Parts: sequence; C-alpha cells; structure tokens
Amino acid sequence: MTETAPPEATAATPSVAYRNWIERQARNRRKVQVGRVLILLAFLALWEAAPRAGLVNPMLTSYPTAVWDGFLELLAQGSLGLHIGVTLLEVVISFAVAMILGTVVAICLWLSPMLEKILDPFLVVANALPKIALVPIFYIWLGPEGSIYAVAIAVALFITILMLYTGFSQTDPNKIKLARTLGAGKRQILTKVVLPGNVHTFMATLKANVGLSLVGVIVGEFQASKAGLGYLIVYGSQIFRMDMVMAAIVILSLISVAIYLLVQKAEGWLMR
Amino acid sequence: MTTHDTSGRHKEVPPKVEFRKVNLHYFSDEGETHAVKDMSFSVGRGEFVSIVGQSGCGKSTLLSLLSGLMKPTSGQVLIDGKPVAGPSPQVGFMLQQDTLFEWRTILENALLGPEIRGMDMGAARQRAERILTSYGLGQFLHHKPPQLSGGMRQRAALGRTMCMEPDILLLDEPFSALDFQTRLSIAEEIGEIIRREGKTAILVTHDIPEAIALADRVVVLSPRPGRLKSIHEIGFPSAGPARPGSMAAREAEEFRDYYHTIWTEMETHD
Repeated sequence: MTETAPPEATAATPSVAYRNWIERQARNRRKVQVGRVLILLAFLALWEAAPRAGLVNPMLTSYPTAVWDGFLELLAQGSLGLHIGVTLLEVVISFAVAMILGTVVAICLWLSPMLEKILDPFLVVANALPKIALVPIFYIWLGPEGSIYAVAIAVALFITILMLYTGFSQTDPNKIKLARTLGAGKRQILTKVVLPGNVHTFMATLKANVGLSLVGVIVGEFQASKAGLGYLIVYGSQIFRMDMVMAAIVILSLISVAIYLLVQKAEGWLMR
Repeated sequence: MTTHDTSGRHKEVPPKVEFRKVNLHYFSDEGETHAVKDMSFSVGRGEFVSIVGQSGCGKSTLLSLLSGLMKPTSGQVLIDGKPVAGPSPQVGFMLQQDTLFEWRTILENALLGPEIRGMDMGAARQRAERILTSYGLGQFLHHKPPQLSGGMRQRAALGRTMCMEPDILLLDEPFSALDFQTRLSIAEEIGEIIRREGKTAILVTHDIPEAIALADRVVVLSPRPGRLKSIHEIGFPSAGPARPGSMAAREAEEFRDYYHTIWTEMETHD
C-alpha cells in the first residue's frame, strides 16, 4: 500500500512570488467590486440627471429620488407590506406545487418508460406552448385568484418535469448496473442511485423555477387582482404614477435576488 | 471431480461455475446479434480464470450472465450446479469504473450492498470497517470518493464487493481506468487478496499480460459470435512451487511463451 492521498497545498512559508500573486488576486477582486458599484451609481446618476435636465420627460421615466418618495408613500399608507406579502405567498405556493407535482410526474415517467414514450409528444408541446397565452382561459375558468396560481404553476411545471426527467434518465448507467448486481430492484435504484445522484438537477430546477414562478404570478396579477406587486405595477401605470411602478419593479428584483440567495444557501447545505 | 461424503458413497461435486452450451442473442431495432455461441466451460472452486478476446467477443456478456443480470437465450449457466436465477449476494461484481457514489463516504459506499439486501447493518458496518482498514483505507472511511486517488478508489470498490462476502468474484476490466503504474500494483494487490481469501475469480480483460499474470487458466474467445477458442493452463515452475504474485509472474521465463501463444491466437481469424 504505497499510495498516499493526493497532495495538498504545502503549508511551508510562501515564496515572494506567491505572496505577489495573492496580492494581485485580491486587487483584481477589488476591481470587480468597484466596477459593479460604479455601473450602478452611473445608472442611477444618469436616471436622476436626465429628467431633471429636461432631456427626457420625467412623466415617462420618473427618477430615483421620486421612486424613493413613492416607496415611502406606499410604506406610509401601510399597503406595501400587503402587496409584497400577497405576491410572495403566491410565488411560494405555486413554486412548491410545481416542484412537488413535477417531481412526482418525473419519477413516474422514469419508473415507466412506456408511459414516458406515450406522453413524450404531449409534454414537448405543453412545454413549448407559451403558458401566458392561457391566462384569459384560466381567468374564465378559475376566476381572478385561481388564475394567478394556475398560470404560475403552468409556467414552472413542465420545465420541472423535463429537467428532472432528463437528469434522472442520464444517471450513470454503470452506477445503476452496480446497484443491480447488488440485488437492487427498480424502487431501490430510484431511492439509492437516481434521486441522491440528482441533487444538482434538483437545485438547477429550483433556481430556474424561482424566476419562472415569479413571472407567472406577475402575469397572473396583470390580468386580474386586487393586491400584489403586479397589481401595483398595472395600477400605477394606469394612473400614470411611474414612481409607483418603478418602486414595485425594484422591490420585485430585490425579492428575486433574496429568493435566489436562499436557494443558493440551501444548495450549499444540501451539497455538503 | 469426486469426493467422499459422510455416508462414504461417491458423490459428484459440481464445478463452482459452469457454462453449458450457452447461447445469447441481443435484439435491437437494427437487428439480431448472436453475441455468445455454444459456450461451454467450467471454473473450479478457488480458481482464478481470465477471459481474453477482442472487443465484441462477448466477454462481458459472460459476466452479466453469471451475475444474473441477463438470461441465456439457450443453454444453462450454473453456480454450484444450480441455474443462476438472478443477482445473488454470493456473486460479487467489479466494474470497469469504480462506480463509487460520490455523495456517500467510503464506508457508506461499502454498506450499499448490505443496505439493498436488508442485512444486519451493525454487523455489516463492523465487517466493512475491518475490510476497508485491511485494504489500507482505515483513515479514509469518512472521506468522499473524489478525495481519494484512483488506486484507493479501486480498493474501496473491492471493499464494497467483499462486504457482501461473495465466494465468486467477477472482474470486468476493473483496472482499465487506472494509470499504468497504479494498474500493475493494484492488480498485484487485488490478485493477492482474492487468492488469500480463496475466492473463485473470473477476470475479463483485453490486456493479455494482465490475464496471464493473475490467472490459473486463460480462456481465449473468438470474436462475434463469441465462441470458446482455447483454454491455457498457466503455471510458473521456474519461479518455485507456489504460484508467484502477478509482478513476479511477469518476470518468470514462461511468461513470454504464454504471451506469444495467446497473442498469436487472438490475431488469427478462423
């Protein structure tokens, strides 16, 4: 047994060249950070200055300080929390339903190749169809509340099924063969090989679905709603309050970043 | 092979492994492939047999038949005189890649078989720890496979196989994913472990030197449909009465002749 584990970085005192390299790396990281902040500041400055200088009509673009005032006004009315809460709840519920339903269907497809073959063309069409086109139908069938969930679930569901099924069917055939030589049946291959081997597929699907459910919910709220960020955007544009519209959009982007970071956190925890 | 049983009568002891006029056809949309044709040979208890042949001669198919993953189209595959009905803990299979699950630690990988078979996990755990430690992996029980070198991973894969306490080991080019130097030393090590524990082993390879260095007999197959071409008894009297290890066997003077004979046989088509 002459072999040893792969060598690890030496702990001896680092050479001058290595210290220089470390410094260069740190400098580069700082440059990246500074660049990002500069772009954001430049964008905000231009947005603020152009309408004030009369280069563009502030009625059309609004500007950051007005958006901030609009945000404070919404906050003072006490309705902002309600709008955010309604949208978040809709996103979380449709996201969870799409994920659970999609996983169950993908598992069924993996368990039954015959079922998969039969359903394949239907799934392809369902996935390719722009689900947004169904919004009016959902509205007629399910009413304002139901149609929001329906469109959000529809947007996320089929891509979930396809992504997960593709991941399942690409499981290393040698690992499956090994499990079979150890006596595993189909169910054990699923629980011991396919599912644990596809954690990364789950995470990728989760990340894609965060954005997709949000799209579905906002579109659903556009069609008909009494509250939510999508409602705020439509309402604001109807009464020509661009500051309100922009404030809602900024909040939306913050929400999507927050959810994304949450998923990333979960990923780090699951992939340990 | 005969022996006396307790009643004093003569009783046939069946060979550990036997192929009896085995044929196997594969079916696909492109057509039918006759992969194995009229295959008959047997392997004795504790014997190490290598099977060589060009790709497409059905070598790996023979192992799939033995492990119960496939059924012969006609003929019989027997273990201890009984037809193979399906995968059994008695047969351990080592594949070309180590196929360790990267989401499990080395110890958890070794416990996969007992888990699937629903064995007593406490006993299995003790067994796995003992086996892996004896293979030099004692400090790495709780490491994940990507943290180990190729040779260590292959030893871990052997540990996973041995944890089921099989008495027959099927080796499907288990060293082919390793670099040359590791390959030689791991082959030597694993060959030694298998002999020490008295397991019956069947190695499939297209590496002729490896086949000779490890085996008591080398079976040569002809390509598609795979048929038995010849069987060579391997012995190294020049290296002393005991079977030398695979490294020493490569140095023995008989080695060249075996190599030459088998190589020529694999080249000629009949």
